[in-house]
Amino acid sequence: MQFPESFDVIVIGAGHAGAEAAAAAARVGARTLLLTQSIETIGQMSCNPAIGGIGKSHLVREIDALDGIMAKAADRAGIQFRILNSSKGPAVRATRAQADRALYRQAIRELLEAQENLYLFQQSVVDLIVEDGSVRGVVTQIGLEFRAPCVVLTTGTFLGGRIHIGLDNHPGGRAGDAPSNALAERLRALPFRVDRLKTGTPPRIDARSVDFSVMAEQPGDEPIPCLSFLGSPDDHPRQVSCHVTHTNDRTHSLIRAALDRSPLYTGVIEGVGPRYCPSIEDKVVRFSERTEHQIFVEPEGLDTHELYPNGISTSLPFDVQVALVRSIAGFERAHITRPGYAIEYDFFDPRDLHYSLETKALEGLFFAGQINGTTGYEEAAAQGLLAGTNAALKVAGRAPWCPRRDEAYLGVLVDDLVNMGTKEPYRMFTSRAEFRLRLREDNADHRLTPVGRDLGLVGEKRWDAYTTKRERVERVHGRMATRNVIAGSEVADRLASLTGERMTRDQTLITYLKRPGVGIAALVGLLGDVLDLQDGDLDGQVLAQVEVEAKYEGYIARQEEEIARIRRHEGLKLDEGLDFAGIEGLSAELKQKLTEARPSTLARAARIPGMTAAGLSVLLVHARRARATGAVAAPEDEPARGSGG
Amino acid sequence: MPTPPKADSLGLDVDTIAAVATPVGSGGVGIVRISGPRARAIGETVSARSLHPREAFYCRFRNAQGEVVDDGIVLYFAGPASFTGEDVVELQGHGGPVVVQMVLGIVLEAGARQARPGEFSERAYLNGKMDLAQAEAIADLISSSSTAAARGAVRSLQGVFSERVRKIDEAVLGVRMYVEAAIDFPEEEVDFLSEGDIAARITAILADVDDLIRDSRQGVLLRDGVTIALLGAPNVGKSSLLNALAGEDRAIVTDIPGTTRDLVRADLELAGIPVTVVDTAGLRTTDDPVEREGVRRAEDQARSADLILVVTDVTDPNECSIELPEASQEIPVIQVHNKIDRTSAPPGPLTGEPLPVVRVSALTGDGIDELRAQILAAVGYTEHAGTFTARQRHLLALQAAAAGLARAAGLAASADGGELVAEELRGVHTELGTLLGGITADDLLGEIFSSFCIGK
Repeated sequence: MQFPESFDVIVIGAGHAGAEAAAAAARVGARTLLLTQSIETIGQMSCNPAIGGIGKSHLVREIDALDGIMAKAADRAGIQFRILNSSKGPAVRATRAQADRALYRQAIRELLEAQENLYLFQQSVVDLIVEDGSVRGVVTQIGLEFRAPCVVLTTGTFLGGRIHIGLDNHPGGRAGDAPSNALAERLRALPFRVDRLKTGTPPRIDARSVDFSVMAEQPGDEPIPCLSFLGSPDDHPRQVSCHVTHTNDRTHSLIRAALDRSPLYTGVIEGVGPRYCPSIEDKVVRFSERTEHQIFVEPEGLDTHELYPNGISTSLPFDVQVALVRSIAGFERAHITRPGYAIEYDFFDPRDLHYSLETKALEGLFFAGQINGTTGYEEAAAQGLLAGTNAALKVAGRAPWCPRRDEAYLGVLVDDLVNMGTKEPYRMFTSRAEFRLRLREDNADHRLTPVGRDLGLVGEKRWDAYTTKRERVERVHGRMATRNVIAGSEVADRLASLTGERMTRDQTLITYLKRPGVGIAALVGLLGDVLDLQDGDLDGQVLAQVEVEAKYEGYIARQEEEIARIRRHEGLKLDEGLDFAGIEGLSAELKQKLTEARPSTLARAARIPGMTAAGLSVLLVHARRARATGAVAAPEDEPARGSGG
Repeated sequence: MPTPPKADSLGLDVDTIAAVATPVGSGGVGIVRISGPRARAIGETVSARSLHPREAFYCRFRNAQGEVVDDGIVLYFAGPASFTGEDVVELQGHGGPVVVQMVLGIVLEAGARQARPGEFSERAYLNGKMDLAQAEAIADLISSSSTAAARGAVRSLQGVFSERVRKIDEAVLGVRMYVEAAIDFPEEEVDFLSEGDIAARITAILADVDDLIRDSRQGVLLRDGVTIALLGAPNVGKSSLLNALAGEDRAIVTDIPGTTRDLVRADLELAGIPVTVVDTAGLRTTDDPVEREGVRRAEDQARSADLILVVTDVTDPNECSIELPEASQEIPVIQVHNKIDRTSAPPGPLTGEPLPVVRVSALTGDGIDELRAQILAAVGYTEHAGTFTARQRHLLALQAAAAGLARAAGLAASADGGELVAEELRGVHTELGTLLGGITADDLLGEIFSSFCIGK
């Protein structure tokens, strides 16, 4: 039967991508349906119970700046918060929250249920409705038809999933979930390129069987950080510690002796695993000189004894898992509550997507999350937010929003995926962002909240908070930029107490702030009377913003020049149907790379690994020649809107 | 923030480009061609006069400080009626390689960008100044000529140079690997920064880059040659000296007509280096307006030379009246005491003088070999197995890389600023990438993963 009401956007799957996609589409104003196999598992963290970390927290802050739900939920569920890289500079500083799984699920569900325009429904989707080459809706397991012009698919590892524990393997999705292979056949019939990846999890352990006294305790940071710009430590539940222990020679011997029963080392597993998250057997084999490997013992929640031993992901047989776990300090009597396993799954080559995350093969169908070859809750949520937003924009007849690499990690993520594809589960790192110094956690709101406001993503509360903060930042900056301190004056004497050095020439306080070792908090504390600031100006976020903007001004300006150069090339479109193989003057290797990647602009072609200056010149000439003869199609999904630079 | 150059409707670069349009060597005329929206403005800046389409003017080419670098003809072609279809300005000066490079230098200083190989042709084609048949050929031309600027061709053309750049590039990658690993994997137990000994490694790389720059200068010397100004009174034997220096490669001595006191130029080779010798007027203070103009020209030549030979007649009691022009303080000077055949003085270098002195007889050739050796030493030439003909572009990229390494070393030595060290090193890699072809973030991560045990 057909469901009585129709929708603007249907989101299939309520993991991290699906939840964010549904919430975003609804915020933009689309009448949105979120279809999930189980309302109980909305927002389930199927791997390690943490949100944020290097590169990932940047995505979380960007989602938050666009009024998404991940950071808010993490603040409500976080049971240990830490700031990583605090000494390495503001751009790479990253917040990480250990999250209580149950609280996180609860928070996500509450946030979704509170969202206007958003409807939840529990059913498995078995097929898409396709008419005239466009998606028109979905069919569920009991034959219910839901109609909508846009469908966002966020079904994770459901395609061709196979779970490995030792040499035994069986079809499966995430632990405990039934794989939804029925829909898979429909998708396989479409011209998507499919490839195979692998990931794994460690065995879980009962805390009551663990001796924490022999492990190093790792408490959270004080004061407790927040992930959301609107967050407050009052949002946080009770805080607990993580612990650190290590493998040892005996662990490694046990693993080496069992490699003949490892699906990884016997060729049973074909999928490519992530280089940054190797299984313990991988680490032991590849880095045989290491005598120990670190394990973070992470609590799964406040109301459970289950622990997540982060660092011993494995697909070795269960008997080996028991032995290797019990060889580790503190785990001698450990009771394993769930075995570790590896999972292989299919993903769709993201190079078959537009930058809006709409598929090139079927109009109205969007993909987000692990299905695109990424790993990580944050990467999934970021894509979900983009796909949900763009689906809603499409329904409204508006242009898609495609953030650029110099605007957001969101832009880096999508550009990497769509332009280059991936050969391993893709996760974010700060080193992927060439304009890293601009893409900081602290300025995610400044970069994105105004854009989000234009898109309709950002609600009143956040907009008010943002504009207030920005006014304060500008006031503090303005005061400091206009207060000129005369060398030898009384104010200069006070400043000398900060650095021990006397000023030799007059300068503004902003210039003074750029000196190494001069911090804004101390400066403002010393010169409160001179600056004449208002209540609220001394807010930590405000001062931090003024300080970073001042100290990084030179670097940012240099990057602006680089960005300006790149943007000129972003403007040069390559015809969507361009026959790269037929272009004279390109090497065979470049022809192949370009044919696979199908870059839509010259700048994207430039980012393809192995691209040469010569190749680019040839492409440029070709594009201009095609343009001159009127053979080039109109630009497609070009990042048109942005917060500016 | 600098204003980004304008882009046309297709987003193509429309910055203004410039290059030497005449072949390197010792032609009679050296042309610097400028093309793009700012060509006219740059031409007017350099020539200090207003330009009109299709009219030629004689003028002096001056740098930003107003110093004359060369003189000659300036021509302006308004787009689209030009070779490239854009506004084009040509500066036609003297043909010596050093002079023409200096003219290019002031043009770049005035806001033009050094053109890529084939870029003038590319623009000509893109602006419809060529037909389709020509266009096909241009695509190939661009392909081959800019490949020469990229990794492969640099290697095949100049094995030694690219090999050394590649080694430096690898070393930078090695350091970046530690810096980036420290940033992206802070929870690993390896202390990447102290294990990597970052500051010391950066300093070592900087030393290698400095070495390479020194050797590259040598290469530029070999390719572009040097200009030597002969200063001295008319009767001290400069022309004979010039012929003596040229030796069996008879100097091609050119009179430049139309001037009151002619400069005489000769092109010759010393140890394979192309040398342009300019014989100038004497440097006495004079009230004669004609002679004064000659003196002024001599001074200009001396300022733009790589080396000044002050020639005196040892038998002339007035030799001490020679004065060096101002603003030539940076240029090495050798004093040549000529006509020792008329005295009993032995030929060769004279020690204990404030400036190097070589005693020669241009007539008999005595002391000329010693003078040649002194000249080569003074312009920075040394016999070296690692010499190669680097281009000016290579040198600029290496200098930018060196500057970035120096900043990175300073930052690495201080406590904080891991991400700034990373940013500087990224910039260094970008510079080296213009010589070699570049590296992607994924390449870097690959290095990290294959070198360190990373991941929980």
